[in-house]
Amino acid sequence: MDELLRINNLKTHFFTKKGVVPAVDGVSISVPKSSIIGLVGESGCGKSITAMSIMQLVQKPGRIIGGSIELEGEDLLKYSEDKMRNIRGNKISIIFQEPMTALNPVYTVGKQVAEAITIHHHDVGKKEAKKMVLNIFDAVGIPEPQRRFNSFPHQLSGGLRQRVMIGMAMVCNPKLMIADEPTTALDVTIEAQILSLMKKLQKERDTSILLITHNLGVVAEVCDYVYVMYAGKVMEQANTFELFKNTSHQYTNGLINSIPKITAEKERLYNIKGVVPNLMKLPKGCRFCPRCEKAMPKCFMEEPPLYKINTVVAGEHYARCFLCESSEVMDDA
Amino acid sequence: MMPKQIGDTLIRTVDLVKEFEISGGNFFGKDKPRVHATSNVSIQINKGETFALVGESGCGKSTLGRLMLRLIEPTNGYVEFEGININELSHESMREIRKKMQIIFQDPYASINPRMNVYNIIAEPLVTHKVCKTKEETKERVKDLMKKVGIRPEFINRYPHQFSGGQRQRIGIARALALQPELIICDEPVSALDVSIQSQILNLLHDLQEELNLTYLFISHDLSVVRYISDRVCVMFLGKVCEIGDTEDIFGNPLHPYTKFLIDAVPKPDPYLRKENKQLLQGDIPSPVNPPAGCRFHTRCPYAKDVCKEKEPEMKAVNNRQVACHIV
Repeated sequence: MDELLRINNLKTHFFTKKGVVPAVDGVSISVPKSSIIGLVGESGCGKSITAMSIMQLVQKPGRIIGGSIELEGEDLLKYSEDKMRNIRGNKISIIFQEPMTALNPVYTVGKQVAEAITIHHHDVGKKEAKKMVLNIFDAVGIPEPQRRFNSFPHQLSGGLRQRVMIGMAMVCNPKLMIADEPTTALDVTIEAQILSLMKKLQKERDTSILLITHNLGVVAEVCDYVYVMYAGKVMEQANTFELFKNTSHQYTNGLINSIPKITAEKERLYNIKGVVPNLMKLPKGCRFCPRCEKAMPKCFMEEPPLYKINTVVAGEHYARCFLCESSEVMDDA
Repeated sequence: MMPKQIGDTLIRTVDLVKEFEISGGNFFGKDKPRVHATSNVSIQINKGETFALVGESGCGKSTLGRLMLRLIEPTNGYVEFEGININELSHESMREIRKKMQIIFQDPYASINPRMNVYNIIAEPLVTHKVCKTKEETKERVKDLMKKVGIRPEFINRYPHQFSGGQRQRIGIARALALQPELIICDEPVSALDVSIQSQILNLLHDLQEELNLTYLFISHDLSVVRYISDRVCVMFLGKVCEIGDTEDIFGNPLHPYTKFLIDAVPKPDPYLRKENKQLLQGDIPSPVNPPAGCRFHTRCPYAKDVCKEKEPEMKAVNNRQVACHIV
C-alpha cells in the first residue's frame, strides 16, 4: 500500500522548570493511503502530543527535538510556518474531543466552516463557499443544512456539533484527518452514528484517518492497524485483528483484559498493578517493567527494541518486549 | 463470582416526578418552561444487590439518585427507605437516615476539597454526626477506612493533589464508608478514570460489597461496566423507565427497542464482532423540556406505530421483567 504519512523517531519533549518531560520519546508511525490507523493508550502516554506534533501546534515549553514527519515524502518539520499554514486544515485536518470548545460561540457554524475554505482558496467567492458548506453539511448528515448554516454552536446538540467539526475538517478534502478522541464526549447511540459517518467518509473521499483514542472498543470497531502507546513510546503495533488475536505485549494484554466485556461471562476483572510512571523519573530498562507480571532481570537493565512477531492473521506485527526476543528487530526503532 | 445474599426491599420510589423550572416564560414569571427530569418513576432496590441505572445524558438518572438521597425535593411522589417515607421526615430525623445512605461522585478532582488533608476529608462525616468520642478514636477509624480502600495509612496527612485520580476516588469511597451506610449511590464512579484504574475501582467496589453487605445504586452510561457490576438493571430514556430486569436477561434478550439499540451501539473490544451495516438509532435525543407526546422514544424508534405517538405505554410485567412499550 502507498504510504501517505511517515513519522520517524519523533521526539517531542517539554522543558519545564522541574525538568525535561519526554512526552513523545522516539515514535515511528506509518499511515498508508486511505486507511484508518488507531493510536491508543491511557492518559499521559503521549498520543495527543503526537497528533499536535504532526500539526506542529505543540505549545511551549514543548518542542519537537528530533525525528521527521513526512507527508508524501516531504518532511513537514523542514517547512516554514507559512508553508505549514497551508498544510493545516487543507491537507491535514484535526478534530477534537469537545466540539463546544473547538467552535467559536459567537459566529454561526456556517460562517466558521466557510472560513476554512476561503482561508486556503482565495479564488473561491462567498456564494460558492456557501454552496460547498451546504454540500458538506449534507455529506456529514446534518439535517436541514440551509437552516443549520445560520445556527450558533450552542443551538446544536453535541452530536451535531461534532458533525459540524467533521464537516469543517473534510471541506477542503484533506489527505489525512486526525481525530483526537472524537466520540469520548458523546452518548453511545450518537457515538455509533459518528463512527459510522467517519468510516463512510473515509471510503467515499479516500481520506486517511489517524484515530486517537483510549477506547479499545472504538479501535476494534473501526481501525485497520493499531499502535499501542505507553509513557511516550509505541509498545506494540499490529493489524487490528492480529492485535486482538495474537496480543504479544503484556501492557496490551493488560489493557484488553481490564475492560469489562458486554458480551462475555462475568469474571473478576484483570488489574494492571501500580500506576503510570512519572515521565520525568522513568524506570531504567523497559518503562513497563515495574507493572509487568512477567518482568525478567533483563527488563530492569536495558530497554527492549521493537521485535518482529510471527504474524497469525495479517500485516506486520511488532512488540517492544524481551519475551519476543527470538525474532528479528525493527531497524529504525 | 459468589452468589449474593439478596434480602427485602431497602429503598423504593413511588411515582417520583421531578420538574425543574428554567428561565423563560412571560413577564410575570408565569408559564415558565419546565424540564421534565423524571416522570413517574417507581423502582425498588433490595438489600445487598447492585441496582444499575443506565441511560444517555438527560435521561434523569442522576436526578433520580439525588431524589433518593433527598438532596432535592420531588415535585410529586415519594421515597421510602426501610419502609419510612423520607419526604415527610423532619430535618432532625432526616439526619439520622442520612447516615445510612451515602454517595460517591464521578469526578474525583471536584468531589474532594483540595484544602483538606485526607484525615479531615474522611473524618468529616464522623465529626458531623458525632460518632467517635475522642480524637484518637477518630484517627483509628480513619486509618482503618484507608486500609479498607487500599490507601496506605501513612498518607493520612497528605493533600488531594498528592494523589492520582484513582487514589482520590478511593478516598471518596472511604469517606462514603465512614458512617457504615446501608446504601451507597455511585454516580458514574469510574467514568473519569483510565481503563486500568477503572478495573481496580470496580474490583474494590465489588469486594467492599461482599465484605460489608452493602447495597449499591450504580448510575452509569457505560453498559459494559453495568453488565459487569450489577444484579439488576433499569434502563431510562428521557425521564421514563423503559425496562427493568435481571442483568443477564436484559443483556441476553433485551425487550424494549431502546435497550436493544443501546446495547448494539456499544463499541465491542473485539474486531471479530465487527458488523458492517449495523442498524443505528437515527436522530438525536429529544429535549426534556418538550418531551414527545405518547411514548417518548417514538421519534427515534424504527418500530413505532400510530398508538406510540398518542398513548404513553404503561409498565407491563413480562416474565420476571417490567417493560414500557406498546409493541412488546
